[in-house]
Amino acid sequence: MAIRVEHEVHERRKGRNYGVGLLLIGFIAIVFGLTVVKILQLGEAGEFERFDHVARPQLIPEEGASE
Amino acid sequence: MSDFTATDTPHEASMGDYFALMKPRVMSLVVFTALVGLLVAPVPVHPFIGFVGILCIAVGAGASGALNMWWDADIDARMKRTVGRPIPSGRVQPGEALAIGLALSGFSVVLLALATNFFAAFLLAFTIFFYAVIYSMWLKRATPQNIVIGGAAGAFPPMVGWAVATGGASIESVLMFALIFMWTPPHFWALALFVKSDYGNAGVPMLTETHGRDATRNHILIYTLLLVPVAIGLGFTSIGGPLYLAVALVMNAWFLKGAYDIWRRDDAACEADKHRTEIKVFKVSLYYLFAHFGALLAQAALRQYGLGGW
Repeated sequence: MAIRVEHEVHERRKGRNYGVGLLLIGFIAIVFGLTVVKILQLGEAGEFERFDHVARPQLIPEEGASE
Repeated sequence: MSDFTATDTPHEASMGDYFALMKPRVMSLVVFTALVGLLVAPVPVHPFIGFVGILCIAVGAGASGALNMWWDADIDARMKRTVGRPIPSGRVQPGEALAIGLALSGFSVVLLALATNFFAAFLLAFTIFFYAVIYSMWLKRATPQNIVIGGAAGAFPPMVGWAVATGGASIESVLMFALIFMWTPPHFWALALFVKSDYGNAGVPMLTETHGRDATRNHILIYTLLLVPVAIGLGFTSIGGPLYLAVALVMNAWFLKGAYDIWRRDDAACEADKHRTEIKVFKVSLYYLFAHFGALLAQAALRQYGLGGW
């Protein structure tokens, strides 16, 4: 018994399915690109570490620490 | 064996049919004017964010086009020019057009808000609402002034482009809006004078049919006269300059002469030369808009090298 279920609608709607697939890939690329650009625009790495919503002791400058 | 069933229609909708719902030709004008609005703005935009902003504006415009085709399917089916559109020809179901229109409206507005700013997203949402509800649902079938007020929908894109960059509106972006807003009526009425339309059969009031062709000629001249100060005035703002002003003076003189030529004619003269003047003025109106926005863009490019601008 064949594992794949074939139906004529699969062939008939191939173009549409590929179209939707490409649109989804495009959408992912846009969201990914926006994320990269927006994060890089923040400049300082420490700026976007704060978006973690987690206490990061290493972000707090030590008192009396010398350079 | 599968219980999957698909409705048998003579034409299966393809991606192209769905794309046609979005009125690609209108979309190209929207992209051009929105891009100019974005590029002439004094605030630089990251190229990728600018690209996403323009894409959202284009998709928003396409979504309002799909909503318009959904609402106007009954009219489109009765007119020769529009009978081949995806819904009247049976290639796309009305419910599909509605779903695509609503979904893409939501997508484009939310993505624009996230990618740029809330003001630009609000303006885009208002543009979609204006075209789909105020123009298509309320005005189009109610008044022969439909294209005057409805023209605002086509005039918003440069304002949205400007808002993508600056996050607000200003005299420059309002004048870019006013330029397209005042240009739309003479442009469409010049077309209405030489195209044999069947708007009457479809129950859509057009000025040529409700008030006659002479009244339409008067309207073309009046609106062109009102357009001139807007186009010239834009030249004295921060995005204008000597180059823009020179182009605006030439194009306005050309368009005004055309409007005057149309105004002087009557139906006998139109029939005699097969609407030669009207066709010429319609073409001039296309160059007119392209030249003004092209000049704004050139002016902005020159400014970067310290040339032009006030």
